[in-house]
Amino acid sequence: MLEIKNLNAGIEDKDILKGIDLKVNAGEVHAIMGPNGSGKSTLSSVIAGKEEYEVNGGDIIFEGESMLELDAEERAHKGVFLSFQYPVEIPGVSVTNFIKTAINETRKAKGLEDMPASDMLKMIREKSELLEIDRKFLSRSLNEGFSGGEKKRNEIFQMAMLEPKLAILDETDSGLDIDALRIVSNGVNKLRSKDNAVVVITHYQRLLEYIVPDFVHVLVDGKIVKSGGKELALELEEKGYDWVKAELTA
Amino acid sequence: MSLKDKLLSSYLTFQENTSFDNSILDIKDQAIKVFETEGFPSKKDENWKYTSLNSVTKPDYSLAATGDDAIEFKDVKQYFLNDIDTFKIVFIDGVYSSYLSETTHDGVDVCLLSSALTKPKFKQVIDVYFNKIAKNESLTALNTAFAKEGAYIYVPKSMAVNKPIQIVHLSTGNEANLMLQPRNLIVAEENAEVQVIERHQSLSSNAVFTNSVTEIYAGKHARVDYYKIQNDKENASLIDNSHIDQQESSEVSVHTFSFGGKLTRNNLNYYQNGEHINSILKGVTIIEDKQHVDHNTLVHHKQPNCESHQDYKGIFDDKSTGVFNGKVVVDAIAQKINAYQSNNNILVSDKASINSKPQLEIFADDVRCSHGCTIGQLDEDALFYMRTRGIGKKEGRALLMYAFANNVLESVKIPQLKARITNLIAEKLGVNIGFDL
Repeated sequence: MLEIKNLNAGIEDKDILKGIDLKVNAGEVHAIMGPNGSGKSTLSSVIAGKEEYEVNGGDIIFEGESMLELDAEERAHKGVFLSFQYPVEIPGVSVTNFIKTAINETRKAKGLEDMPASDMLKMIREKSELLEIDRKFLSRSLNEGFSGGEKKRNEIFQMAMLEPKLAILDETDSGLDIDALRIVSNGVNKLRSKDNAVVVITHYQRLLEYIVPDFVHVLVDGKIVKSGGKELALELEEKGYDWVKAELTA
Repeated sequence: MSLKDKLLSSYLTFQENTSFDNSILDIKDQAIKVFETEGFPSKKDENWKYTSLNSVTKPDYSLAATGDDAIEFKDVKQYFLNDIDTFKIVFIDGVYSSYLSETTHDGVDVCLLSSALTKPKFKQVIDVYFNKIAKNESLTALNTAFAKEGAYIYVPKSMAVNKPIQIVHLSTGNEANLMLQPRNLIVAEENAEVQVIERHQSLSSNAVFTNSVTEIYAGKHARVDYYKIQNDKENASLIDNSHIDQQESSEVSVHTFSFGGKLTRNNLNYYQNGEHINSILKGVTIIEDKQHVDHNTLVHHKQPNCESHQDYKGIFDDKSTGVFNGKVVVDAIAQKINAYQSNNNILVSDKASINSKPQLEIFADDVRCSHGCTIGQLDEDALFYMRTRGIGKKEGRALLMYAFANNVLESVKIPQLKARITNLIAEKLGVNIGFDL
């Protein structure tokens, strides 16, 4: 589904990603772990199409086609979803209106009519139940005054509504208490299928107890330096990132 | 000959062609003297520092229409609110069009100022209210001198006008350049209610300069809601001078939607002459090219225990310019006043500009006055966030602008009007998104 080949990217004159290779197939969950400043968030931003980042080499191929020339919204239309580490507040736009607009703009891009209002309402009801979101929450301004947990739940709610093929969860566990973590992970797990894939970007192993990955990759200084199964996450937790760094210099 | 000289020299001829009685003529004679002394305001006047009338007063205007100005309703239908029943007072090049209008004298008077100024049965009301609320500054005085036509609305005690009233001024472009000076008088007596929608619309690209005056009187417990749609063509300029006298426990709201025109200046003056009054001033400005919109507001709190709420939003693109000058005066006797003022702006282009200036003159000590002004750009992070959810740049910008203007639209009490304004905004932003406010 997603193939990243020797990706080099940076911002202004600073190189951040220095040759990333990653292959994600449908039905898989990949975790990308790494210390602060290793390039985790840059990687997610570049995949989602943030224009501030310059791609200096390599390619990002999604379902057989390069995405580098596509705008962020076009990538979203193809089924790429990025859950933000820090979701943006948009005063004056309700959660419901926002998601309605997002869904209908995506449908428009695919040449489809707007989703009938009754279908939309039904879907909103189902997905908000899945994330244990109550109705009042949906009429509030998007992310405005939301707690950390509410923001992340709202991200996964949007993911549930948009039904992406590839979901990238950027530090979704940060700012979550244990209950919120359970609800959010439960939501993500219920959305997993053989047709979609999830990339979880995280600093800590904690989230991976709830969203169990098939593969774990360690990102250090803009490169994936180690890959393995889910047990790699535990090993990292135990030994710390210095262990990988030490192994590298050895 | 300058426009001022032309106006002064044509005043006598104008007066000879009218049938006003002496009390009205006296008012007009005094007014033309004020204009003769003061002339058109210049940028030297503190209140006109950021708005120059030079380009507006330059053309050689006809001061009255000469031609035959018949218009088919189907050609101007789009400028009316059609999906609800309304009274209509329609003028074509300043001349009343009975064909396009729908007036009434059934319980309330919704008719023409020319009738009210000349017919004996209206004399009592005219004597009490005409030109009594308006300040005698130069532009209002100029209008007073020449005014002979406009809307006259009289709502007696405890009456409510059962449908909104549309005042529509159309200009045909039959004259190369036309100056119009409509005059409206709206009187809502004790406990009366009325809703008014006003629009000025040019039908050609010829220059039109409108210097309009509206006097509104709201008696005890009266409610007046006034909506102004300013979405005119590129060579149409409007100076709107509104003067509002509020009595005890009355509520008057004025919403101004400024989406177009060459130069628009709103002089909106509220005088609170009783206790427990609420004054509401709201505006949304969305302009581009070299358009200019200037909101100059005054709320004069003259009695205790009153409120005023001002909320103006502006979105400026290209080389457009905006001004907000909001003055709040609280007299020493006017304790326990709550006066709120906010002016928020988005500059879409780096060549657009806004001058925002709150002015508070507070002589009482137990009052709450707040004012806030922001000038910013569209939030790029919010745009990227929306794009990752499939909402494209253009639609995302529109959504942000909608959201920005949203709370001003919320207080529009006529749903069909709200829908119309929403559509106008969508049209302006060039988008069609499935987003309802």
